Amino acid sequence: MSGFDRFRTPLKNARGLGAAKDGVHHFVVQRITAVALFFLVIYFVGFLVSLAGADYAAARAAVAHPCNAVLLIAFLIAMFWHAQLGLQVVIEDYVHTPGLAILSQLAVRFACVLAALASVLAVLRIALGA
Amino acid sequence: MPQTARPLSPHLKIYRWGIQMITSVLHRATGIVLAVGSLLIAAALVALAAGPEAWSHVTAIAGSWFGLLVLFGWTWALAFHLVNGLRHLAQDAGWGYAIAQFVRNSWLSVVGSFVLTALVWGVVLVRGGGL
Repeated sequence: MSGFDRFRTPLKNARGLGAAKDGVHHFVVQRITAVALFFLVIYFVGFLVSLAGADYAAARAAVAHPCNAVLLIAFLIAMFWHAQLGLQVVIEDYVHTPGLAILSQLAVRFACVLAALASVLAVLRIALGA
Repeated sequence: MPQTARPLSPHLKIYRWGIQMITSVLHRATGIVLAVGSLLIAAALVALAAGPEAWSHVTAIAGSWFGLLVLFGWTWALAFHLVNGLRHLAQDAGWGYAIAQFVRNSWLSVVGSFVLTALVWGVVLVRGGGL
């Protein structure tokens, strides 16, 4: 690695966080949500399997349990966040028409935020007995 | 799109398919599939909150042959993205880049995803319930 040091100048520090203006923030958050999802996905699949064959009242009671409600909400937020970050990169890679790229980025963000809000509200309504 | 027709560098299609390319493409493809699946999870939760009638539609669809096919496909996509995602995290930490290791752990992702899917559906079958 030392061979590359001669190409390094203080310029990168002076310019701060690079062309994207947020440095490696996207990369880091994608990995944080990935680590969270590793545990939450195992929990969620186990939760679904435990509900196989359950009727409406049993499914609702399971979601209403505080532990499940908290973990489900954590799963939903991490999932939609991770999905938005991933789809953002897919669009950046394959959609090269500026207008269409912006429109699809907006559509993905709006869809992920709305679906996250709707599903979290659904869990809250069940947990709070509404 | 480019304004002039410049020569482009050779792209994917000139390479012989290897397992490393397959896992890379599958990670992205399963990610897109799971993003669509996440909307179905949201819809199912909204239906559960809405009442027994809305929920009965969810169980009817999930129990149909098409629903079971989607659930089975979703399980595999999730299993693959989970196992291969773990592999990506290990690579981010700098592990597993020697070619022999890279090929071996690529296969591990593929085989592991099928094993996990079989495990999950095996448990569902043993417990004797559809959704």
